[in-house]
Amino acid sequence: MLGFLARRLGINALLVVLATSLAYVVASGVMDPGARYRLLSPPLSPAAIAGKLAEIGADPREPVLSRLVVWARGIIFEGNLGRGLTGQNITQEIFGRAGTSLRLLVIGSLLAAIVGIGLGVWGAVRQYRLSDQVVGVLSFVVFATPTFVIAILLMIAATALNSVLGSQFLEFTGEGGEAGQTGLALVGDRIGHLVLPTLVLVLIGAASYSRVQRSAMLDVLSAEYIRTARAKGLRRGQAIWRHGVRVAIIPMSTFLAYSLGTLIAGSAAIEIVFSWNGVGRYLVSSIGQGDINAIAGGTAFISVVLLVAASLSDVLFGLLDPRVRGTR
Amino acid sequence: MTEPLLQIRDLEIAFKTQNGIVQAVRGVNLDLGAGETLAIVGESGSGKSTTATSIINLLPGTGHITGGSIRFDGRELTSLSRKEMENIRGREIGFVPQDPMSNLNPVWSIGFQVEEAVRANGIATGRKEVKKRAIEVLKEAGLADADRRMKQYPHQFSGGMRQRVLIGMGLAANPKLLIADEPTSALDVTVQRVILDHLESLTQELGTAVIFITHDLGLAAERAKHLVVMYKGRIVEAGPSVEILQNPQHPYTKRLVAAAPSLASRRIQSADAQLAELEVSTQTGTVDFDLVAAAAGRAELKAKQGPRPNAIEVDDVTKVFKIRQGSGRAVDFTAVDKMSFAVEKGTTTAIVGESGSGKSTIARMLLGLETITSGDIRVDGESLAGLDNKGLFKLRRKMQPVFQDPYGSLNPLQSIGNIIGEPLDVHKVGDSKSRRNRVNELLDQVSLPKAMFGRYPNELSGGQRQRVAIARALALKPEIIVLDEAVSALDVLVQAQVLQLLAELQEELELTYLFITHDLAVVRVIADNVCVMEQGKLVEAATTDEVFGNPKMEYTQRLLDAIPGSGIKMGL
Repeated sequence: MLGFLARRLGINALLVVLATSLAYVVASGVMDPGARYRLLSPPLSPAAIAGKLAEIGADPREPVLSRLVVWARGIIFEGNLGRGLTGQNITQEIFGRAGTSLRLLVIGSLLAAIVGIGLGVWGAVRQYRLSDQVVGVLSFVVFATPTFVIAILLMIAATALNSVLGSQFLEFTGEGGEAGQTGLALVGDRIGHLVLPTLVLVLIGAASYSRVQRSAMLDVLSAEYIRTARAKGLRRGQAIWRHGVRVAIIPMSTFLAYSLGTLIAGSAAIEIVFSWNGVGRYLVSSIGQGDINAIAGGTAFISVVLLVAASLSDVLFGLLDPRVRGTR
Repeated sequence: MTEPLLQIRDLEIAFKTQNGIVQAVRGVNLDLGAGETLAIVGESGSGKSTTATSIINLLPGTGHITGGSIRFDGRELTSLSRKEMENIRGREIGFVPQDPMSNLNPVWSIGFQVEEAVRANGIATGRKEVKKRAIEVLKEAGLADADRRMKQYPHQFSGGMRQRVLIGMGLAANPKLLIADEPTSALDVTVQRVILDHLESLTQELGTAVIFITHDLGLAAERAKHLVVMYKGRIVEAGPSVEILQNPQHPYTKRLVAAAPSLASRRIQSADAQLAELEVSTQTGTVDFDLVAAAAGRAELKAKQGPRPNAIEVDDVTKVFKIRQGSGRAVDFTAVDKMSFAVEKGTTTAIVGESGSGKSTIARMLLGLETITSGDIRVDGESLAGLDNKGLFKLRRKMQPVFQDPYGSLNPLQSIGNIIGEPLDVHKVGDSKSRRNRVNELLDQVSLPKAMFGRYPNELSGGQRQRVAIARALALKPEIIVLDEAVSALDVLVQAQVLQLLAELQEELELTYLFITHDLAVVRVIADNVCVMEQGKLVEAATTDEVFGNPKMEYTQRLLDAIPGSGIKMGL
C-alpha cells in the first residue's frame, strides 16, 4: 500500500507540473499582458512597456519556454509563484484566498456527495415510482441550468425569505459580514454567508451524483447476493444497506474525485456571483487581465487540489473494496 | 394422515413485462413430508426455480403469485406480511443458491456474512457466541480450517469452497426445509460429488427436508427419491425417481431421458449390442438426434479413412504465470507443464480436467491469447511461438473460438447480423452485400431463422445465443474451432441440439475441434480422442473408447465415477 501511494504521489507531482506548464504556455500564446499599459495616457513607449513586463518575467521578446524556465526556477528555489501584472505577490494572493475557496469546496462537495448518494439510493429503491421520477427530472433541470443562473435564482428566493422572516440571516455578498467578529457571532455570521453558495454547489454536485449513484445502486440491487442476504433472513432494510449501498458506493469514490473539476468550475462562478474573494474569482479576473503568471499559479493550485482528491479517492477505493487491496 | 411439511396447491405465478403478463407457473401441486427429498427437473424457463423461490417470496423482478396456496408447517405462506416472511426465511426455510461466484457479497469477509446469518436468525447472541456458531456452521459445511479463514474475502475462496459457505449459511439455523437451487451446476463433477454427498449426510443428520432444483436428470435421480418434471410452467410428470427414469410417460420426459448425455454415455458401454439397432431407428426419420448413434457412426467412418495429417501439434508446451503476492513479490505458478499432443485434421480432441488443471490455458495459448513460456504449438505445420501480430491476425482466419458463456461473449449492443458479420469486417472479406449474404448463409447453417439478423442478443435464449457464437466462429471459414466449455452452460436438450449441430458441421466442413470441457458425458458423444489433465500435466491421452472403457489412471476413474446418475440403469 505504501509503495502504491508513493508511486501515485510521484505521478501526481508530474501531472501538476504538466498542467501548470501547459497553462503557462497556452496563456503566453494567446494573451497580451502589455495591453493594459498601451491604454495609459500619456502613452508609454513599446520599450518601456517591455521593460515593465520584463520586471515580472513576462517580456514578450523572450521566448516562451525560457520565460517558463525562469518562472519555474522561482517556484523551485524560492517557493514563490512570481509577480502579477500589478506587481502583487501571487503566492500570497493565492494562499490568502485558498481558505475561502476550500471552505466552500470541501463543505460543498462533501454535502453534495452525501445528498447525491442519498437521493440516488432512494431513487433506485423506489425505481419508477413518482418520487423517483420527480427527483430524476429535477436533477436533469438543475444539470442543464448554468451555475450562475441557479445562484441568482437562489438569491432572489433568499431575498423573499429574508423579508418574510424580517431578518437578514441568509447573506449573499462576501464570505463574512459585520454581524460579529468573535466567538459564536462570528460562526453564525460565517454560516449565514455560507448557506447560499454551498447550496448552489450542493445542487449542481448532487444532481449528477444522484444519477450515477442511482444506476450503480440499481445494478447492485439486482445482484444475487442481495437475494441470498434476504434468504438468510435479513430484513429488507439491512440487506439494502449492508449489501446494497455498501457495494454501490465503491464506484462513486472514483467518480466523486474526478467530477470535482466540474465543481471547481462551478465554484468560480459562485464566487463571482456571491462576491467571494476566492481563488476561482481571482483566476477568472486574471484571465481577463491577461496575467500569465497568475493564471499559471491558479492552475497549479487547482491541479494540486484535484490530485489530492484523486489520491484520497484511490485510498478510499482500496479501503472500500477488499478485492483491490492485495493486488496493489 | 397428517399434513405434509410443505403443500403447494394450484400455484400460479406471473411476471409483468412490457408485452403484458407472462404466466410462468400454471397450477403446480406439490407435497413434501418432513425429512423427505424431492427434485424438480426441467430446462431453464420451465418454472422450476420460480416455483422454488416463490415459497420464500423472493421472486425476481415483477414476479408475483397470482393464485393458489403454499402451506408450510401449518401456515399459509402466500398471505404472510413482509416481517412474518422475514422470520421464516433462514430460520425455518433455508436457501442455497445456484452460482457460488455471484451469491456472496464481494466486499464483506466470509466470517461477516456467516455471522450475519447466525445473528439474523437469532441462533446466538453476543459477539463471541455468534462467532463460535459461525465457525461451527462452516466446519459442518466442510471447511475444516474455518477459524483461520473467517477474515478472508470471497475472492480468496475457490468455487467449491464458496458453495460450502453458502450451504453452511442455508443450514445455519437448522431449518425444517432447505431449497437448493442448482447448488452445484457451476462446479466441476468431482467437486460436485463431494459437496452433494456432504449436503446429503448433513440434511439426513438434521432431518431437513430438501427441494432440489436441477436441470440434470441423472443428478436428480441420484439425489432424490421423488422427482417432479416441469415443462413450460406445468408439472408434466411426478413420482418415484427410478420409475420415471426407467419408464417415462410424458413425451417431454422421454426426450429429456434420451438427451441426457450422462445417461446415454453409460448406455453405450453397457449395451454395445443395441448400437446397430439404434442407428436404424435414427435413420428411419425420428426427429430427435441420437448422439449415441452419431458417435458410433463417426467412429466407423474414421476407421475407414485411416490416418490424416495433424492440424494441431502441441509440443512440450509449458506456461508459467507470475502471481503477485500481497507483499509485492511474484511467485511462479506453472499452469501447463510440458504438455504434448496432436489433433488430426477433421477430428475432435477433448481436453478434460477439473478447473485449475490448465485446460483453458492450453486453449488460450493455441488461440494466441496467451504467450507460450517454452515449447511450441504448430497449426498446420506453422509454428506459433515466433508469430508477430500480423501472423496472428492471419492465423485467426484459420482458427476461431467459441466460449463458454453465451451471455457474456455476445456484445449486447450489436445486432445478431453485425455480431456474426464482424469477423468479415475485421478481416475485410468481400463488400457489404456479400457479407450480408454470408451472414444469412451462416444463420441458415446454424439453423437460425433469417429474421434473427436484426435482433439483439437479449431477445435470444441461451441455446440460440450459442448458435450465434458458432456462426460467428464459422464466418471466416476456419479449419479449426476451439470450443472452451461451449456447451457447459446449456440445458441438456439444448446441449444435445448444439452438439448435433457441431457434429453436422464437422462432417460438412471437415472441421477440426479442440473441445475443452469438464463434462465427461459430453466428451463421450463428441470426441474421438481425449486428453486428461491434472494440475497442468497430461495424465492420460487415448481414444475416447479407451479412456471410457479402460481408464488407466485413478484420476480419470474418479472423473468418470463422478458423472451424476452413472450408477442408474436406464430404460427407454
